[in-house]
Amino acid sequence: MNSNIVIAVLVSAIGFGTPLVLAGLGELLAERSGVLNLGVEGMMLMGAVTAFFVSQKTHGPTALVLLLAVLASMVAGSAMALIHAVLSITIRVNQIVSGLAVTIFAGIIGLSSYLGQVWNIGGVAGHHQFNGIDLFGLQNLPIVGPIIFSEDAFVYASWVLVLAVLYYLYRTRPGLYLRAVGENPAAADAMGINVTAYRYVHTLIGGALAGLGGAYFTLALAPIWTDGLTAGFGWIAIALVIFAFWRPDLLVLGAYLFGIFSALGPTLETRGITVLPSEFYSALPFLMTVIALAAASTSWANRRVGTPASLGIPYTREEG
Amino acid sequence: MTGPLHIERRLDTPKWLKVAVPFASILLAAIIVAILLAATGHNPFSTYHQMYSASVTADGALTSTFVYATPMLFTGLCAAFAFRMRTWNIGGEGQLYMGAVGASAVGLVLGDWPRPLLIIAMVIGGALAGMLWACIPALLRAYLRTNEILTSLMLNYVAGFFMYYLIYDSSSYWRDLTTPGASVFPTGKTLVANASWPGITIGTFTLPMGFILGVGLAVGLLVLIRSTRYGFEMRVMGDSPQAANYSGIRTKRKILSVMAISGGVAGIAGSSQIGDFGHVLDPRGLQQAQYGYTGIVVAALALYNPLAVVLVSLLIGGLTSAGFALEGPSFPTGLVGTMEGIILFTVLGGEILARYRIGLRHRAVTPASAGANFGTEVAP
Repeated sequence: MNSNIVIAVLVSAIGFGTPLVLAGLGELLAERSGVLNLGVEGMMLMGAVTAFFVSQKTHGPTALVLLLAVLASMVAGSAMALIHAVLSITIRVNQIVSGLAVTIFAGIIGLSSYLGQVWNIGGVAGHHQFNGIDLFGLQNLPIVGPIIFSEDAFVYASWVLVLAVLYYLYRTRPGLYLRAVGENPAAADAMGINVTAYRYVHTLIGGALAGLGGAYFTLALAPIWTDGLTAGFGWIAIALVIFAFWRPDLLVLGAYLFGIFSALGPTLETRGITVLPSEFYSALPFLMTVIALAAASTSWANRRVGTPASLGIPYTREEG
Repeated sequence: MTGPLHIERRLDTPKWLKVAVPFASILLAAIIVAILLAATGHNPFSTYHQMYSASVTADGALTSTFVYATPMLFTGLCAAFAFRMRTWNIGGEGQLYMGAVGASAVGLVLGDWPRPLLIIAMVIGGALAGMLWACIPALLRAYLRTNEILTSLMLNYVAGFFMYYLIYDSSSYWRDLTTPGASVFPTGKTLVANASWPGITIGTFTLPMGFILGVGLAVGLLVLIRSTRYGFEMRVMGDSPQAANYSGIRTKRKILSVMAISGGVAGIAGSSQIGDFGHVLDPRGLQQAQYGYTGIVVAALALYNPLAVVLVSLLIGGLTSAGFALEGPSFPTGLVGTMEGIILFTVLGGEILARYRIGLRHRAVTPASAGANFGTEVAP
């Protein structure tokens, strides 16, 4: 295979992988606190639609507009997460059902589509978008130049975020407490950690990051709004957390691997290479997710998995 | 826990509360939706009135409600049955697609069979296809303990692309390659007239055969869950997989069979889409309808009771039908899912709250009264 194609796939893989990194990190933090959030797809769509709305309807310097759009997407995502948090943490509705309800509420035939129509922003190209930055002037280096040193600010921010989450989880006291809440909420509670507060905060951060992942679609990847444009990326992000064994470093690798699967079809198609039907390439990330999930549940992997022990179980002090 | 509220489980929920809570929940949902409508510049009262008319009283409105309710009845049963055992089959959407592929294949191959036999074969064809598709996540769940929520969901996308491939990107058996227009706008082959399912027509109202079949299935599944050893074992597994294991229930087989039945029911939704309504495999139409995901809403609102699924499918079917009839500037498409979501939130929340007693924290038992109780207990 031509090396140009390999580079093109890798460049595109970073693009498709970035929303997975963001939403995946958010889901990872929520699950580490013991809250399974199946609303990611809906939260991403809400982030995507509000970010695009703000970027279309505010006037000002591009950097400021984009910053506002990014913040709006995080607010929208965490607003959806707040619904999930109230239902599953306070009222103790089953987390699976509650998360699915959020995705249906906000999803492709729900609120994100409604707002897209009420705000009248569908089908037009965006006025503002994130563009590649020539980082350290290294853009023209062979191979790594186009892949690493000419990304947009969003991508660089996601890399910083990965390091921040790694540091937070393994090197700070709140990170330690977070892991304690996820593993054994009763013991954490006895230590004086506020379990409910930890779960709320991390579910909301998870929603904000999912919203951010959605915003990447409408502000950087392809600045246009169509119903359901995240096309299952939210679900892949949830799966990534599982086969990254709840570790941020593995999650990033997984996200870019799935970025490659997603990038393969479009890249080959634009170059007129049609060995396999386009539907095969479209289905590839989903097929690979099933295979990866199966592989992650074999007995070899089971000995290494770090599933938070209290994942999916509501915590209550007052009942046994 | 901190916070001023004090939540404790009721020992038993009073009967009036069990009836009142769902109604209060739906009323609350209606109020929230009205606020959303008003906030986005629509008149909630006229919108509600239009919706009622468009789903019940207008010409052909009731027939249309049943058209949308029929697939939701099947996918609702699919989700309700599996969820009852806490086996989370989110794959109703893809199982419906595969059912439609299977049933249309049967309808095309066996087109010269006598009508009753052909219809039965189509039902079975769809059910088998849905079952086989559900067996992928089921086998992974049973033997590798792979999370079935995500695998069944991923396979929805795969089934969708497979359907597109059959009609838009290949010379498959399903695709119409002879009609002149079909080379410009790819479509599936239309089934013979014999393959269309009969409905019951009363005046202007038509009851689709699929709906009757679905009601029969609902009764069957209710009996299976409530009154058989199979259903008892399902409920034990749902409550405690460990207890089920110790008591000798063959849990792997149970997961497989429950998922297969669940997938089969969703597959029949696909059969009904072909036999009752479409008579042709239409990937785009099936995918836009999102019946599989709506089935999850139906099941959750019915609290996983198969008979309640019948009623709720009519409610959501009516909502969807009104949505399509009113679609336009005053009724954007996304409103239907938004309403479904809000109803879900209030009903789910209400259902749990009905099982708990909520009070302010300062009303908790004081040490003095606890002592008094203790005193009376030890008295001779």
